[in-house]
Amino acid sequence: MNRYIISALVSNRSGVLTRVAALFSRRGYNIESLCACKTEDDDLARMTIVLNGDEYVLGQMMKQMDKLIDVKKIIQVEEDAVCRELLLVKIKTDAKTRTQVIEISQIFRANVVDVSPEATVLELTGKPVKLDGFITMLMPYGIIELARTGVTAIARGGSCIKDAADYKEQI
Amino acid sequence: MKKIGAEILIGCLKEQGVKTVFGYPGGTVLDIYDALYRDGKIRHVITAHEQGAAHAADAYARTTGRTGVVIATSGPGATNLVTGLATAFMDSVPVVAITGNVGLNFLGRDSFQEIDITGITLPITKHNFIVKDVKDLAATVREAFVIANTGRKGPVLVDILKNVQIAQTEYEPQTPAAPVHKPVPAGALEEAARLIDAAKRPLIMTGGGAIASEASAELFALAEKLDAPVASTLMGLGAFPASHPLFCGMMGMHGTHTAAKICMESDCIIALGTRFSDRVALNRDQFAKNKTVVQIDIDNAEIDKNVFVTCSVLGDLKEALKTLLPMVGCVKDRPFAKTAQAYKAQEANGGKPREFGHKILTEAAKLARDCVVATDVGQHQMWTAQHFPLEKPRTLCTSGGLGTMGYGMGAAIGAAFGSGKHVLLVTGDGSFNMNLNELSTAVTENLPITVLLMNNRALGMVRQWQKLFYARRFSQTVVNKKTDYVKFAESFGATGLRIETEEDIVPVLKKAFSINAPVLVECVIGEDENVLPMIKPGQTYDTIITEWEEK
Repeated sequence: MNRYIISALVSNRSGVLTRVAALFSRRGYNIESLCACKTEDDDLARMTIVLNGDEYVLGQMMKQMDKLIDVKKIIQVEEDAVCRELLLVKIKTDAKTRTQVIEISQIFRANVVDVSPEATVLELTGKPVKLDGFITMLMPYGIIELARTGVTAIARGGSCIKDAADYKEQI
Repeated sequence: MKKIGAEILIGCLKEQGVKTVFGYPGGTVLDIYDALYRDGKIRHVITAHEQGAAHAADAYARTTGRTGVVIATSGPGATNLVTGLATAFMDSVPVVAITGNVGLNFLGRDSFQEIDITGITLPITKHNFIVKDVKDLAATVREAFVIANTGRKGPVLVDILKNVQIAQTEYEPQTPAAPVHKPVPAGALEEAARLIDAAKRPLIMTGGGAIASEASAELFALAEKLDAPVASTLMGLGAFPASHPLFCGMMGMHGTHTAAKICMESDCIIALGTRFSDRVALNRDQFAKNKTVVQIDIDNAEIDKNVFVTCSVLGDLKEALKTLLPMVGCVKDRPFAKTAQAYKAQEANGGKPREFGHKILTEAAKLARDCVVATDVGQHQMWTAQHFPLEKPRTLCTSGGLGTMGYGMGAAIGAAFGSGKHVLLVTGDGSFNMNLNELSTAVTENLPITVLLMNNRALGMVRQWQKLFYARRFSQTVVNKKTDYVKFAESFGATGLRIETEEDIVPVLKKAFSINAPVLVECVIGEDENVLPMIKPGQTYDTIITEWEEK
């Protein structure tokens, strides 16, 4: 089982997420995360999907998604692309443990975004593995809750997803 | 000029050249039906049930190549379209379904006859729309027609809210742009041509794509130039003339023995507009083992989906074949074609004497030369696919992918309107009972439809599987209805006839075909007539069963 990251430009309309989600459940694709957002173009939204599967599943998933009328462009994100994820995590802290937690945060370059007598909220952006490592280090103190955005990604250099080849132009 | 939404819809249908629509009125489409009435230019066929209307629109599209249109009201009207849309979706048939829905003020409040039909039909349409603003209506309807009848074709549903139908906006009729089929460049076909030329024993395998892209002439030219045998999937029947010496018949689970042997012996499969369905490939890992496979298809997602191919070409089949034809070498007297003909002759002469149902269908096929053939789903469907020598594309309407029992009667109506020809519907007592209400529609419209009802008083195909896989435990497949189908037909205003003995066959069929109005012929056949040959699901072609001794 491999992990693949896919980026797609889709119509910025209601119902598009439903179509994509319905496709995944119907065809049995196993996704780790899906991150959707607005783009510089009001008509388009961008989805970044992390897929678990093999080459066959990857190929089928991209082709099936590409068939959706609302999916305009779809690419597999290359290995060297910039991939980031945001983590917000709330740790149980008291006067004694707070400094220890902040010390760990500094090692990971996380930000303290909220402090209260019984808890500290930390913010960290980075590759998913970095977030995993940070969470492992915080576990002993007691994680009250956490939220991760899922991966979002963009290719290095001057290339743009909009310039990617589109099979629909061939037919 | 300013028009209300309902009038704009009718205007958009006329832009597309729509002359006939199928449907059923109701609360949330009253304004659309009022606009249809006032306009008076589009013929509307009211069926007994929305499912029948959906199947009729589907068969209208299959017989003409133009997009079929069906209209239904919200709630149950819309949900009744579901099976029809799924049927069209699985067989890539261009249909536009128009549904009404409650007004924007009532939407999402569980109002009377409100249903989320775009949600329901999401996985069984190529695309669907909900129109909430009249300003979007014309563009949406136009886009729906483009989506339905371009690329890999399919059904599109447009759900139009009640408030949109009565709101006014500016509307100017537009002439739709003619569909463009992009030429397939020679570069994309070089590898394919090389593999085809290198093959000693190529088999051309045609699917529904050959009909959808109107590629019959190019297919014919390719087969003759290569002197290569041709086998067809159920969906491709008619694309290549059945009487041609190179034609090996249908391939797959109930395909001919010839097609199975030729497929096994071939060293190269040239797959044209086919998706290697499990009913054709059966064992997808073994199907093309030790063969090269060249696949031409318009749907990128069909490449390497079921069977991994050596070489694939993406594009419109007709365009691809036009480019390919001059690139492949001409072959004369190919030994493999001779082998195929020998197998064919062997198959025609061998075997047991034909069973009663087969005899009826063989005679019917002789009389139905100029007919369009529709079927329901089950044994009768496979017998029809095996026995009817279809010479031309768009002469068979059958539910292949979804296998919809109850498809036939609605389809026969749509086929009659689409083709303008005499329609022969071959059905079974199981399938017919699902949508026999539509016989009343055929009578109302006085359509030349001959229904051959193969009555074995059982659900024959399922029963056959129970014989084969469930030790003859006939769970719920022996139906034994007491219906008198002759009286039934007469009560609906159709002619009712019956075939019970061999002597009945020719005179009754002749009489039936001489009547240009709905005729139902009940054919009383044995319950143990099987569909053979048969390859069990998931098995390889060498395990084909051609003979079967009843215990």
